[in-house]
Amino acid sequence: MAVLESVSRLKAAAAITCVSLSAISITTLTSTQALAWEPTKSVEFIVPAGTGGGADQMARMIQGIIQKNNLMKQPVVVINKSGGAGAEGFLDVSGSNRNPHKIIITLSNLFTTPLATGVPFSWKDMTPVAMLALDNFILWVNAEQPYKTPKDLVDAAKSGGANSSKMGGTGSKQEDQIITAAIEQATGATFTYIPYKGGGDVAAQLVGNHITASVNNPIEAVAQWRAGALRPLCVFDAQRIDLKEPIANNMSWNDVPTCKESGLDVEYTMLRGIFTSPGVNADQIKYYVELFQKVRETPDWKDFMAKGAFNTTFMTGDEYKAWLAKTETTHKGLMEKAGFLAK
Amino acid sequence: MNLMHGFGVLADPMNIVYMFVGITLGVLIGVLPGLGGANGVAILLPLTFSMSPTSAIIMLSCIYWGALFGGAITSVLFNIPGEPWSVATTFDGHPMAQQGRAGEALTAAFTSSFLGAFVAIVLITFLAPVIARFALQFGPAEFFAVQLLTFCSFVGMGKEQPFKVLTAMMLGFALAAVGLDSVTGQLRMTFGSMELLRGFDFLIAVIGLFGIGEILLTMEEGLAFKGKSAKINAAVVLQTWKQLPKYWATAIRGSIVGCWMGITPGGATPASFMSYGLAKRFSRNGHKFGTGEMEGVVAPETAAHAAGTSALLPMLTLGIPGSPTAAVLLGGLLIWGLQPGPLLFIEQKEFVWGLIASMYLGNVVGLIVVLTTVPLFASILRIPFSIIAPVIIVICAVGAYTVHNAFLDIAVMLVFGVLGYIFKKLSYPLAPLVLALVLGDMAESSFRQAMLLSQGDLSIFWSNPLVGTIVTLALAMLFWPVISLAIGRLWPRSGSKAAVSLK
Repeated sequence: MAVLESVSRLKAAAAITCVSLSAISITTLTSTQALAWEPTKSVEFIVPAGTGGGADQMARMIQGIIQKNNLMKQPVVVINKSGGAGAEGFLDVSGSNRNPHKIIITLSNLFTTPLATGVPFSWKDMTPVAMLALDNFILWVNAEQPYKTPKDLVDAAKSGGANSSKMGGTGSKQEDQIITAAIEQATGATFTYIPYKGGGDVAAQLVGNHITASVNNPIEAVAQWRAGALRPLCVFDAQRIDLKEPIANNMSWNDVPTCKESGLDVEYTMLRGIFTSPGVNADQIKYYVELFQKVRETPDWKDFMAKGAFNTTFMTGDEYKAWLAKTETTHKGLMEKAGFLAK
Repeated sequence: MNLMHGFGVLADPMNIVYMFVGITLGVLIGVLPGLGGANGVAILLPLTFSMSPTSAIIMLSCIYWGALFGGAITSVLFNIPGEPWSVATTFDGHPMAQQGRAGEALTAAFTSSFLGAFVAIVLITFLAPVIARFALQFGPAEFFAVQLLTFCSFVGMGKEQPFKVLTAMMLGFALAAVGLDSVTGQLRMTFGSMELLRGFDFLIAVIGLFGIGEILLTMEEGLAFKGKSAKINAAVVLQTWKQLPKYWATAIRGSIVGCWMGITPGGATPASFMSYGLAKRFSRNGHKFGTGEMEGVVAPETAAHAAGTSALLPMLTLGIPGSPTAAVLLGGLLIWGLQPGPLLFIEQKEFVWGLIASMYLGNVVGLIVVLTTVPLFASILRIPFSIIAPVIIVICAVGAYTVHNAFLDIAVMLVFGVLGYIFKKLSYPLAPLVLALVLGDMAESSFRQAMLLSQGDLSIFWSNPLVGTIVTLALAMLFWPVISLAIGRLWPRSGSKAAVSLK
């Protein structure tokens, strides 16, 4: 059912794309004098995280695709501004009014950083361009451990007494810890959350049995799954991942159940979206929306999406804004209950 | 067998071209402070998008080797570490340049870099899978133990007054604490300033403390480089090579420390400090370190390059980056459509062995490239100070700016410059400050992660043989002066015998 829904959503998105494309061709035919906006100097592509992380990889991937396929006449320059859990990058974009030569890729820190640190910014201070994809989260355990379902893990955490189970994750009061808190709220089990610097570290710590479980993104842990060191228990999306190619032990991403269907009622995905400076005009937004549509159609991008088992939902305009508003509220609720809000 | 296959991959002339391009770019990146290996590789990553993965990794890893080599150049010449891992190289490298021995210092640095890298590559070639499993044993407690060992092997041995060492170190820890606290996710000591969000970067502090501080000192002494009269000729390389075999013990120790730190992964910068500290303690000439001892250049350089190289091992076999540059390369693997992890060695033989073969060849090429430039770089010191000083200040400013693309960092660099000058004048040591700044952050998070795991029980640091040994070793290092004194008092004879056997 959920799968069907997403398919129909994709179809609808495709239909919208077709309509908008034909609309563009009509406008270009009718008014050849009014040229569409395009960048007149190099475009800064801000990454509100360090080099080597998931957002950085995706930004540099996009930069590579744009260069290789000549999608933009001006160069794209990726700049990392990771200070204060990404606040530095977001403040840079929200502070440069009407500068269409600045775009930023987001992680969940778009919502979590202002709530957890009290640094004043919000997605409303920037102009939303498009949702590129949603990054999935999967509950992983070491393959040597007896846990086969989320219930096994939760039961062990409950019966082992407080703090017996350790959940490793990236950063503090960010997506991984929020999911952990949501699991605790849904089940009543308690986990000791250990914050690490990056997702690769967390996966390695789980392989080394230093922690009990993790909520790594697929791309961070898939290699260890294939090598038989880790086991996926469930995916935190509303529907299963739509990739049926076998990965390990004849299991595909599609064979990993959703957490909800295995009795763990927690849903979470992470926005990989694009924003630009506040105050840019509709033409400029349209340029970037079309640019990212072209990026999404390249085989390199599709391959990257499949490798990382991303949820490939694409959204723009009001639909995207509505999604952002809803997700912000969800984060606020989750973080408030977990006591993560800045005092 | 596999390695031969790898060299076969290199037979493609384009790969050799990429190798040269990579090394040359890398040396330039290494020379420019601020623009580190990680930034350099990240900037060039999208360019490799349309290359084959093997050619791409050859070029990018060669940039990395180049940067590892190049970092030493400005450290020796101007006391400005081009890369974080060459800070320890300034301690003896720059005094050598001041004595007119810049050529010797550079040759020693490059040759020992090559040696360290070579040991690490051999290790990767033959022992990769075994070692990968060892790296997995490292949890937070083990990481903290290694960081403690780095501190202890470096501290508690200087000639400076303990009070001054402690002051410098505490200042370093305080500066390292500014910014985001990674364990609680809260901002610390930013006082509501948005500019302080990113904290004090180690590189900017180092560029200021060493580079600008040195310029201020030189200006006071009369606008002249002491090394001005240096005689430069190509034979200096051969003359230095004749002296180097004396330091075999230091080189081996440096390589071991480096490989260990690269794999675990501790990183090249702590490795260089640890190796320098150990050499100072255990070498016969230890008391002369800091005055221009060649051994003081050999120790950090072998370790840094060995660590930098072996950091690729956990990246290839486990998908854990052993250094910031390895983290970017790891992202590259994904972009090129490869999957780092335990199966890479099986599924992507051509890629892995091509890379390993390129490490051998790339380092040989790198050594040749940098050695030929020794006379060139050393002759820079003949340029009058009044001309070169403004150039250095500009390079420092550009370097400080590139680290985070922030203008305030240039001001921060200047403040650190003045601080460096004051430290020198009041004979406070800079090294403990720098070490605390680079390691403080890491050591703090490992310690707190370990405390979270054990629910505040310190016995986690003796919970298994691995961590117990490292911690005990670290404490022994810290109290070594007391211990050696006690040994000397109790068994005066056997003590001296032990010392002899060490030689």
